Amino acid sequence: MLEVKNLSMRFGGLLAVDQVSLDVREHEIVSIIGPNGAGKTTVFNCLSGFYKPTGGDILFNGQPIQAKPDYKISRLGMVRTFQHVRLFGNMTVVENLLVAQHRHLNTNLLSGLLKTPDYRKREQKSLDRAAYWLDRVGLLALANREAGNLAYGQQRRLEIARCMVTEPKLLMLDEPAAGLNPAETKELDQLIVSLKEDYNVSVLLIEHDMNLVMGISDRINVISQGRPLAAGTPDDIRQNDDVIKAYLGEA
Amino acid sequence: MSEQLLYFIQQLINGLTIGSAYALIAIGYTMVYGIIGMINFAHGEIYMIGAYTALIAITGLATLGITWLPLILLVALVCAMLVSSGMGWAVERVAYRPVRGRHRLIPLISAIGMSIFLQNYIHLAQGSRNIGFPLLIDGGFLFGSEDTFQARISYMQITVFATTLVCMTALTLFISRSRTGRACRAVSQDLGMASLLGIDTNRIISATFVIGAALAAVAGLLLGMYYGSIDPLFGFIAGLKAFTAAVLGGIGSIPGAMLGGLILGVSESMTSGYLSGEYKDVVSFGLLILILLFKPTGLLGKPEVEKI
Amino acid sequence: MAAHNLKHALFCAFITLLIAYPILGFNLKSEGMNLSLTGADAFTLVMVFLAAVIVFGFQLFREPIMGSLRSIPALAPTKKPEPMTENRRVKIESRIITIIVVLAVFWPFFVSRGSVDLGTLVLIYIMLALGLNVVVGLAGLLDLGYVAFYAVGAYTFALLSDYLGVSFWLALPFGALLAALFGLVLGFPVLRLRGDYLAIVTLGFGEIIRILLNNWTSLTGGPNGIGGIPEPTLFGMEFGRRIKEEGNVSFHETFGIAYAGEHKVIFLYLIALVLAVITALIIRRLMRMPVGRAWEALREDEIAARSLGLSRTAVKLSAFTIGAFFAGFAGTVFASKQGFISPESFVFLESAIVLAIVVLGGMGSQIGVILAAVAVTILPELAREFSEYRMLIFGAAMVLMMVWRPQGLMPMRRIHIELKQQE
Repeated sequence: MLEVKNLSMRFGGLLAVDQVSLDVREHEIVSIIGPNGAGKTTVFNCLSGFYKPTGGDILFNGQPIQAKPDYKISRLGMVRTFQHVRLFGNMTVVENLLVAQHRHLNTNLLSGLLKTPDYRKREQKSLDRAAYWLDRVGLLALANREAGNLAYGQQRRLEIARCMVTEPKLLMLDEPAAGLNPAETKELDQLIVSLKEDYNVSVLLIEHDMNLVMGISDRINVISQGRPLAAGTPDDIRQNDDVIKAYLGEA
Repeated sequence: MSEQLLYFIQQLINGLTIGSAYALIAIGYTMVYGIIGMINFAHGEIYMIGAYTALIAITGLATLGITWLPLILLVALVCAMLVSSGMGWAVERVAYRPVRGRHRLIPLISAIGMSIFLQNYIHLAQGSRNIGFPLLIDGGFLFGSEDTFQARISYMQITVFATTLVCMTALTLFISRSRTGRACRAVSQDLGMASLLGIDTNRIISATFVIGAALAAVAGLLLGMYYGSIDPLFGFIAGLKAFTAAVLGGIGSIPGAMLGGLILGVSESMTSGYLSGEYKDVVSFGLLILILLFKPTGLLGKPEVEKI
Repeated sequence: MAAHNLKHALFCAFITLLIAYPILGFNLKSEGMNLSLTGADAFTLVMVFLAAVIVFGFQLFREPIMGSLRSIPALAPTKKPEPMTENRRVKIESRIITIIVVLAVFWPFFVSRGSVDLGTLVLIYIMLALGLNVVVGLAGLLDLGYVAFYAVGAYTFALLSDYLGVSFWLALPFGALLAALFGLVLGFPVLRLRGDYLAIVTLGFGEIIRILLNNWTSLTGGPNGIGGIPEPTLFGMEFGRRIKEEGNVSFHETFGIAYAGEHKVIFLYLIALVLAVITALIIRRLMRMPVGRAWEALREDEIAARSLGLSRTAVKLSAFTIGAFFAGFAGTVFASKQGFISPESFVFLESAIVLAIVVLGGMGSQIGVILAAVAVTILPELAREFSEYRMLIFGAAMVLMMVWRPQGLMPMRRIHIELKQQE
């Protein structure tokens, strides 16, 4: 589904990402791990169109997307979450989910002003979809709470629900477990696996929590200092000397 | 020298003069933006207040019967700088510090409110009509032949330009050599880190406002004399132009402010000299829009990467 | 600690004196060619000194003062009221609003002509503020050049009537659409700009429009403006004492009543009222539609919005265009009300006033903005002695609001949506 070949990102004198290649296939969970500052989020930013990569190719379902802007990539079915949760804080939980579904809604001004049947039907469907996902992540009771007033763990879940409501094909999660306690991490674990299993969404994940990564990933890519270090199944990575050195050497 | 060339040189001279004064005001904008990332909307008013204070001082001295020019200028300068600095300090404490860090719109609206407040403060205190500002430095020298066009460099113009150079040099030395100056640079690079290193960021931010205000006061005295009249609203337009100059040169960069000021000043005087004086403001705004469209970091600014 | 506090308080008092005494303590008077300086009157000097003392006292006793202020619930910085259930609240609100609108319809028949005129002005500002609310309050785009669209609406009517004899009703949609077009045109260059830069560029745009209006004398009459702008007619009936247009009849003759100056003033007021209500209703509807939600998402977090597929271009342009459209409405009414317009009415200060209204009312909240518009337009009339302090108080109020209560006097309330439990 997603093919990244020799991705590079240079900021002035700094080469933040250097020839990184990875791929994500249908129905799998792929993780990107690596010491802090390795450039993982930069890779995400390149993939999702927020940065324009200085080199390399990115293909999504065969289509090259490295030159496409962020919002177009999102519309193709690749959505992401952020390292520091980015919600629409002053809007309610359910409004957050409605905004995400704008593609499924009738955005014609006249239809909206006149409340045509098509407009109302789509609006209702979006509300239903929003309710479904809120229920799924356990936030239905908080539907009318302002997103900024949620607890941290709840905000993270909302961000994921917001992505899912767009009916993506590939979900990119940037450190979804950061700041979560063990119970919440376990829930997250189950949620991500369920996304793959029940909703046929592939997941590309940046994470530091090794238990989570080893537990749910089908494949893992290791990046250190912007360069690819290793790639393979969790077992491969666990036994890889370079990886062990990169992590231990960092301590 | 041909008449055309002389005319052109005259516009150039005029432009460089105004431009250097704009540069002085622009420093205030660029330093504040470099350090806390916001536009000090009220800075134009600080410049205006400097001009008014200088005039009050000059008139006061004249009333006392003092006529020695260097003394008058010195006292006026010091008074203007003191009052403007005090005003700059107060504005920061009252309108900006309490709202630092909130959603972008909030400090901006606070700044606009402050700008309106200050304009009307002077309006109420000193009346809304223009008040004549005496040209204390008179005379100049001419070149070119008498029967065609004579270009003139006035002593006032030289004073403006020279004073600006002195101020710029002093500022650059201050920023690069002194402890406070180094702290300013540190804070403008990374506020969080600087405070972790023990720098009192609040004090540094206040210092930035005060320095900017002091320089604006100098410009107020100079341009007040040069233009010959002041009114409560003239700071507003000058402020916008100085801001344009700061952006042109690269916001956050002090040499950029100088460069931007000169470019803006010359563009304005060329427009004034060759098209029409009415449209020179349009040219300034047009330049601003163009530079923000095509090179928002300005001529000497560093490209900014948005952190996601 | 106490010593530090004392030093700080003294310093603040000193600064107060420094910035107040030289400016307020002397008066510059121009007598012909000469300039003289006189000391200010005793009252002013006492006030200056008093201010310094107050500042000193405040800074010295800052902690206890701020503490006791905070404990007053009404002054608490953030307060999101949540007492009634949604349905009941909506019903009560609708009822109140209907009552107010009905009152507004009948009110002009019982008051003086001057009051009705003022009422029309209030309605004009309401339209402007509601429009700017879309751009600033909902979409979070700090537009400081909003007055330009107001001017476009007014001048379109003036020019159309001057050159083509177009009537109010025909000019109204034209003015609004042309203003919207200008909104679109302004929107393009500012697409990529962040908050502060956006503000300055829109300010520049507003100033450019004003300068052009002032100098393009052949088209716009320059500083002399354009006069002879007609009032609106009702099905061809004019409200003046004598007919101005061929083929029209006069209102008072048709209905057999005595001519009264009030008629046309009231009529214009009623039209303004209808337009204002339409403006409010349309915008209220838009807020609940995808486009309105997109505006708010853009304000809240542009990056998150983009990551969800919202096109920044489309959202910003729609905000500017729609906001400008309603400014066009206001401009047309204004032109008709005055009968004459000039660039003087479209200075930056107007933009600042409308912005102040939006900010004071509560960014995003329509009701708050309407109340603020009424307050800002009417209060100066009520307190005539303070009229010279009007702008000073505005400026101070803006700063105060931002420091104390940035969400405005009546913060926007979120819409409550009932969701069905999913199986």
